[in-house]
Amino acid sequence: MTAAAAPSRFRRPRRENGGDDTGVAARRWFTPWLLIAPGGLWLLIFFVFPLFSLGRLSLQDGGLSNYSTVISDNSTVIIRTFVYATISTLAAIIIGYPLAYVIATKGGKYKNLFLALVILPFFVTYLVRTLSWKILLFDNGPVVGILQSIGILNDSQGILGSPFAVVAALTYNFLPFMVLPIYVSLEKLDRHLLDAAADLYSSPARAFRKITLRLSLPGLFAGTLLTFIPAAGDFVNSELLGSDRTVMIGQIIEKNFGKEFFRPELSALSFMLMAMILVGVIVYARLLGTEEIA
Amino acid sequence: MTSPTAADLSAPVIEIDHVVKRFGEFVAVDDVDFSIGQGEFFSMLGPSGCGKTTTLRMIAGFEQPTSGAVRLDGVDVSKVPPNKRDVNTVFQQYALFPHMNVFDNVAFGPQSKNVDKATIKKRVTEMLEVVRLTDFASRRPAQLSGGQQQRVALARALVNLPKALLLDEPLGALDLKLRHAMQFELKRIQREVGITFVYVTHDQEEALTMSDRIAVMSDGRVEQIGTPAEIYDNPASEFVAGFIGQANLWPATVTEHTTGTTRVTALGGACLGGSCGDSTLAVGSMATLMVRPERISISLTQPTSETGVDQSVNATVSDLAFQGPIVRLALEAADGSPIIANVDPDADLPLLRPGDSVWASWTQSAACVLPSAPNQQPQLLED
Repeated sequence: MTAAAAPSRFRRPRRENGGDDTGVAARRWFTPWLLIAPGGLWLLIFFVFPLFSLGRLSLQDGGLSNYSTVISDNSTVIIRTFVYATISTLAAIIIGYPLAYVIATKGGKYKNLFLALVILPFFVTYLVRTLSWKILLFDNGPVVGILQSIGILNDSQGILGSPFAVVAALTYNFLPFMVLPIYVSLEKLDRHLLDAAADLYSSPARAFRKITLRLSLPGLFAGTLLTFIPAAGDFVNSELLGSDRTVMIGQIIEKNFGKEFFRPELSALSFMLMAMILVGVIVYARLLGTEEIA
Repeated sequence: MTSPTAADLSAPVIEIDHVVKRFGEFVAVDDVDFSIGQGEFFSMLGPSGCGKTTTLRMIAGFEQPTSGAVRLDGVDVSKVPPNKRDVNTVFQQYALFPHMNVFDNVAFGPQSKNVDKATIKKRVTEMLEVVRLTDFASRRPAQLSGGQQQRVALARALVNLPKALLLDEPLGALDLKLRHAMQFELKRIQREVGITFVYVTHDQEEALTMSDRIAVMSDGRVEQIGTPAEIYDNPASEFVAGFIGQANLWPATVTEHTTGTTRVTALGGACLGGSCGDSTLAVGSMATLMVRPERISISLTQPTSETGVDQSVNATVSDLAFQGPIVRLALEAADGSPIIANVDPDADLPLLRPGDSVWASWTQSAACVLPSAPNQQPQLLED
């Protein structure tokens, strides 16, 4: 008996119309596409298309020279924006990492309470949260009063309008975005790994460096992105708490887009901000070697 | 009885000196006191919660004794943190560093000690050869099977050439076949490196297979320490008899002590004797008579003295089970006590059926008279 003639007892008997099987297969093949279709379509219409229009607009009139123009016109603002975003991200790491570490490792039964406290500011609108800082940092307000009385500020100095106010508020506003991903990565860290490191002659400091820190890098990376990107594009903090000395790119785009809507240079500025963040992120990922960890 | 592998305890590597460990009110380890010799394969065996892992963690330095002392090579290390103790641990779940490849995992210890790079490379390569993982040096732990991960954990600890290697149920996560293979592998590696192994397990078969000596633990106390044969043939208590292997444990009353023998009545009035166990039990007191199931033979007529057995009781067959290498016979003595006998399937026996009357017999040297465990119904304990 040849193999072809052998009755296929183990295969499903073919149906009379024959086409039904392929129909099932086709539906199966189509299922993932069906599932991503709503989201994909949404992003296509409301993200890809506007972005594409913006990109095309940025090249109108002057072409690529639009870019060199906005860069030279706004070089101070561009540098300032990235410096502010970098400092507030670093500050968020310095404040957020120990916070996340303590909650994850020493929180015990209060873990969820502490996490709720970290997220609590989110229950208040971004705008209101930032405005409340204005009251806090007001020239006759409590913070300035205390700093003046202990001599850190002299009587004529204030905080409102200073780079410090803007960076501090940026840090505060995006801190939860730093804390949460770091917390998640520390929370799932296997405590036995630290026992193993100690067992293999590592001091607590070396164990932290080689194990804890390394294994929390994905969280640190995610937290950095979630803090740096919105901080670099922010226009609220500097607008409400800053001054002419603290103008950021976001403010320029926001202000002018209101008035002169279809300006190629503004599109170029927006695009450039996006491109610089993208490049920054890629460089950062490479430096951190995050793709190796996973 | 002396074991051929009995270790030299005149200069022990590890001394556990009357160690007590309390967690709040709970006494996890209660006055444990023993020494482990150079090159010995020493097991701590007991059910979960018996204090074996806590004792191991005190040797490693993860826990500190509430009282008593842990000494390594004669030096009290009770207060020394784990990173400054010259012992290494193989953890139950291996605890391999997931972000490092096999080589870097194994190199972690020597790197902590600032050994120079060339030496590290040489030692790690050698150790990977010993555990037969040379071809896997650049793999991540997640890319290895359970058995391979286990061997990485072993290499990572052994590469430091510690005074003792501590193993916390290292084979628990492996399936049965692999576990058997790893038991021999562990023995081979231990012979090759010649390092003292302290092995924690709740698996009596594992402990019997690999150990030079075993400490049987229960409720934070050491019940008995001895070679596998000593513990199996001459258990010190009902608990040990029941925990290691299978045992018939019958309630008995001590009637008389003669040289080397304790006479008892058990199994419905039969006059029986035991050659091992506790010879200090008072006449008239309650005791437990222990006989291993494989030491019991079955015959249709009462065996005569020519057959060499000197203890026999009449019993009724209640059940038979074929178990491959043995047939397991469940019998009932005149007083209703269960008797379990493991007999050779090839034994010259007629086809037995439940209800048949037979004679169960054994030699007195196979029987032990043990102190009765308080508040415990005599029963057949098995693994």
